[in-house]
Amino acid sequence: MDRIQEKLMILADAAKYDVSCSSSGSKRKNKGGIGDASASGICHTYTEDGRCVSLLKILLTNHCIYDCAFCVSRKSNDVKRAAFTVEEVVEITMNFYRRNYIEGLFLSSGIFKNADFTMERLMRIVKKLRTEERFHGYIHLKTIPGASEELIKEAGLYVDRMSINLELPTEAGLKLVAPEKDHESVRKPLAFVQNHIKELQSESALIKHKPLFVPAGQSTQMVIGATPESDYQIMSVADEFYKNYQLKRVYYSGYIPINSDNVLLPQVGTQPPLIRENRLYQTDWLLRFYDFKLDEILNPQFQNLDMDIDPKLGWALRNPQFFPIDINTADYKQIIRIPGIGRQSAMKIIKARKFGKLREYQLKKIGISYNRAKFFMICADSPFTLGEMSMMNVKQSILQFGNSKYKNTIPENQLSLF
Amino acid sequence: MVYYIYDGSYIGFLTAVFDCFDLKDKAVKVVTKEQYSPSFFDEGFEIISDSVKAKRVLNGLNKKLKKAQVNDFYCVFLSEDLQAVQYTFDLICELFRQGADILENYGDEKVVYFAKTLKSVGREKHRMKAFVRFKKATDGMYFAIIDPDFNVLPLIFRFFKNRYADQRWLIYDVKRNYGLMYTLQQIVEVKLLPLEKQALATTEVIAFDEDEVYYQNLWKQYYQSTNIEARRNMKLHLQYVPKRYWKYLVEK
Ligand code: SF4
Repeated sequence: MDRIQEKLMILADAAKYDVSCSSSGSKRKNKGGIGDASASGICHTYTEDGRCVSLLKILLTNHCIYDCAFCVSRKSNDVKRAAFTVEEVVEITMNFYRRNYIEGLFLSSGIFKNADFTMERLMRIVKKLRTEERFHGYIHLKTIPGASEELIKEAGLYVDRMSINLELPTEAGLKLVAPEKDHESVRKPLAFVQNHIKELQSESALIKHKPLFVPAGQSTQMVIGATPESDYQIMSVADEFYKNYQLKRVYYSGYIPINSDNVLLPQVGTQPPLIRENRLYQTDWLLRFYDFKLDEILNPQFQNLDMDIDPKLGWALRNPQFFPIDINTADYKQIIRIPGIGRQSAMKIIKARKFGKLREYQLKKIGISYNRAKFFMICADSPFTLGEMSMMNVKQSILQFGNSKYKNTIPENQLSLF
Repeated sequence: MVYYIYDGSYIGFLTAVFDCFDLKDKAVKVVTKEQYSPSFFDEGFEIISDSVKAKRVLNGLNKKLKKAQVNDFYCVFLSEDLQAVQYTFDLICELFRQGADILENYGDEKVVYFAKTLKSVGREKHRMKAFVRFKKATDGMYFAIIDPDFNVLPLIFRFFKNRYADQRWLIYDVKRNYGLMYTLQQIVEVKLLPLEKQALATTEVIAFDEDEVYYQNLWKQYYQSTNIEARRNMKLHLQYVPKRYWKYLVEK
């Protein structure tokens, strides 16, 4: 195996636990070079675990001076180490991009020597790509906690997205497995970048050509299931970070056991919590796009999501007083709360009913999941039912009907099912 | 019933819409020359493609609809699906008679079928943007072969032109036997002779750059290394990358 190929093997392998591969949300256009990050994201292929491959996701190096127990690159772990040169990363990125393998680069790194030393290397790569190669594809840079603000600010001029990972949902959890780390060093750069984005926005009226600065915004990631936080704790943190730092995404990454020395962590061979991860993404989706408030789905009395049903159905079953909803008169916000009806179908319903009251056969064609929705809605020809069906029975019928679907729930990052 | 026989082009199709109004015909079926089989009972009427007439129909549509919506008709037309093309024709006619909001009537079978086809074409278009894999030839040209379910090349070339503005490329649709080539100045249509097309299969017509195989191997390595074995989920994998697309993918 050639040396570059070996490096790629080691440094892609070490980078893959970062689940984000999003390449959307930027507005960078091709200006006399190569590449365009203004389109919505594209998945160029999918791994056999069903995850989207959009970016070349690698570490600059997996050498690290820290020893976070949940991380493959931790100092005490006996793994092969490698480091790319600046030129190597640039070359691979350009050659992959020109062949339409990728949308761009996701670059991250273990921390060697110190934060600034590492950050400066990362900066040189993104700068070279933009200025020398005239590359306008997507760049996601994971910043290094503790790096200086000057470096972060300069890098922000070249990248589309920045992220910095919380790693564990709570400070207490973090202290258990990575005593040298804290959440404060995550909050600080997030706030710094966010403020700078805002500053530029408010100045934009005055400056003609305002520079692009992290145009696709920021994101973070939490590892799920390594430490004992409840779903409510996890989502409260996510909710807070969305609000305070205007994050574009929070990623939830089911912990994959890679450490047999630390007794606090799930042991190697334990299944990663994929269904739970899926439920968290669904909840996240409901908060961001379905106008749910966190305490409707999770609260101190109801701390953990149902594993056998999705959170929207769970909410509906706990709140029978909202139903049935009349599809022919309810507004959009009510309709999207019906299990089995997504945002697109809801829009279609609103448009179609202007032409006359909608009937069952029409709804079936519009693309809703009728067998779930029917318990929660009425349309023009819904049969008149005596008394209310108990929500217990509804759950039973749905679970029975969609047996295969729920029993073998497939974890997905991008969810369409509600 | 009248059969309008057109040449298969979008201009021909739009000309048919124009003529249908001009001649005040009611029950019209649009078919291409290849699809048409004459019968005793129905009348056949040959449409002569006319870009002026087509333009007038487009102008009419542009007045009633947003630009993207007008483009939807073209997308569905490119599905080459007889039923979808007929419904597109019917909907355009209806829309001129009754107003643009008939397109929102998702209670109508035609609208639903149209929307469904539009979605399928859109998906194929998106897949081609994703799954095209260029190979670099010795002369610096980047080359890719496609064979999509629908005729989506007209829908994706602008995307490639914007993105790969500083490299020459050619994307060839082997199913429909035409390709689009970007010369750094413009896009030109190319058609291979049957013999050349045959030779394509052996890939010997094109001499590839000396680094080509090297980068293909690097990409394969990356693809393997970025996979997480503990999360293996082939069902989901196949849902995203159905087998019929594997032929495009270097990494497969
Ligand atoms: S600092 Fe980052 S790379 Fe280093 S051990 Fe901790 S998580 Fe891993």
